[in-house]
Amino acid sequence: MASPTATKGKFKFSDKTLLSIIGYIIMTLLAIVCIVPFILIISSSFTDEMAITLNGYQIIPTVFSTEAYSVLFKYPKDMIAAYGVTIGVTAIGTVLGLFLTAMTAYVLSRRDFKWRNQFSFFFFFTTLFNGGLVPWYLMMNALEMKDNYLALVLPLLLNVFYIIVMKSFMSSIPDAITESAKIDGATDFGIFIKLILPLSKPALATIGLFLALGYWNDWYNALLFIGKSEMMPLQYYLYRMLANMDGLRKAMMASGMAVNFAMPTESLKMAMTIVATGPIFLVYPFIQRYFVKGLTIGAVKG
Amino acid sequence: MSKSGFWHDVKKYRALLLMLAPAVLFFLLFAYVPMAGIVLAFKQYNYSDGIFASPWNGLNNFRFFFESGDAWRVTRNTALYNLAFILVNNLLQIVAAILLFEVAGKWFRKITQSILFLPYFISWVVVGAIAYNMFNYNVGTINVALEWLGFAKIDIYNTASYWPFILVAVTAWKALGYGTIMYLAAITSIDTEMYEAAEIDGANIFQRIFKITIPNLMPTLIILVLLAIGNIFRGDFGMFYNMIGNNSMLFSATDVIDTFVFRSLTTNNEIGMSAAAGFYQSILGFATILLANYAVRKYDKDRALF
Repeated sequence: MASPTATKGKFKFSDKTLLSIIGYIIMTLLAIVCIVPFILIISSSFTDEMAITLNGYQIIPTVFSTEAYSVLFKYPKDMIAAYGVTIGVTAIGTVLGLFLTAMTAYVLSRRDFKWRNQFSFFFFFTTLFNGGLVPWYLMMNALEMKDNYLALVLPLLLNVFYIIVMKSFMSSIPDAITESAKIDGATDFGIFIKLILPLSKPALATIGLFLALGYWNDWYNALLFIGKSEMMPLQYYLYRMLANMDGLRKAMMASGMAVNFAMPTESLKMAMTIVATGPIFLVYPFIQRYFVKGLTIGAVKG
Repeated sequence: MSKSGFWHDVKKYRALLLMLAPAVLFFLLFAYVPMAGIVLAFKQYNYSDGIFASPWNGLNNFRFFFESGDAWRVTRNTALYNLAFILVNNLLQIVAAILLFEVAGKWFRKITQSILFLPYFISWVVVGAIAYNMFNYNVGTINVALEWLGFAKIDIYNTASYWPFILVAVTAWKALGYGTIMYLAAITSIDTEMYEAAEIDGANIFQRIFKITIPNLMPTLIILVLLAIGNIFRGDFGMFYNMIGNNSMLFSATDVIDTFVFRSLTTNNEIGMSAAAGFYQSILGFATILLANYAVRKYDKDRALF
């Protein structure tokens, strides 16, 4: 940091210091704006229901209470089921999607493959033009996707943008590796599995995390295709509960809660939001840099 | 190409073709087959006949969509919201990136960047919960604050005129970290010799920002803006749906093509009309993305999409 400099006998800040101060103030304000909503949710989830009804949601709990969480964990059946669905869908979708993305990208990155441009265009065209929601929705239904876990896995499995990013990463792997392995008699699939995949670890980590985040945060496909409550993924379950607390009340009663029990609805909504987002907060410090890497690859490649 | 040559190539590349097969099947099934379903827009759909056997009804679906006045309303909303998002998001992100690059100490930059990036990681459902926390009439923090300051409460969820500002703010909030990191990467790649030369020439820091940093960011900015304009008729369904939902009080100011199509399909079951609206959006989107790509191509050939 530049220090204040004295000019013409007067004490004067240098332009660098001035900008520094402006920068610290504005960036601190922006950071506060970004973090305060999360603090609001956390505080609200730990506030006594009565206090919320009287005073509203506040940034610091007026009356501290863990009642919302104890209610949530007293009857955790639905929440656990939703967690199970989300974890299963995220794990299967990420592994399968990553494998298919990499395999597709590898073929498209092979300079000796005669039709690489045609196939690239075949994939890319789908980002320019599509049939819209309605034909796709009807076709998914025709494929028996209603109340089917495949409806949560398939739509996010392959993404043209991820294929392109992966392809440009693999294009930077020297051709000589593929060529010398071929001379040694390796098959194309063998080369992909044994040589290309291990060399692509950084790109696999980044794309894999993007895929996993997409699956974890997906609620849209459940909105369209999942009606059974035990099949709902976490985010959609949260959506339903936020939109319809009566549904929650019924579900809780069905799982054995006393009928005249005064349920903490407002604090419970916030507690559920925290529980549904918790894993992302927990892994965020560790995974963040992979996303930054992915974005900066995108920025450089355009 | 002769036929035998073609089959010879198929044999030669059979392993690679097999490796491509899953992805090809995937996009055939989930992207190209639905494109054929566009015929629905010209049909009077009924479930018993199915997509291809239902009777044709010419342009009636389109007539219905346009004559209801919905077409103009949702098209205008979609385009105006996206324009506002492009303007506000890029401006904020560039300012944040420049400030982070020019002034911040290393630890401050790292922590700030992490905090700004956090909203990118949460689902729109969680953003909806945050909005509820802030905007609810009885218990929302905004009204708590207004009352504390001695003002009257405001009924945000029943007042359409607040929502354009709210939606722009929420979108900016969620996209800030993402864009800041992209622009920061672009600034970091600027040749430091330029800055050193400017410093020797006695340029102050503001001159450096306006004469070096911003002009060097222009290519990135122009490309990102042009590509975003290419998608100007595609609404962010997740954002609109979780912020507005089925609150019809707000539709005049917040309904976009995507939410309109979704509602026509799932709530009103107007298959033909929603397919027509979707087709209309696809055509508009296709045309704008071609135009945008043409513009990018003129500006910088290497950065064009195709």
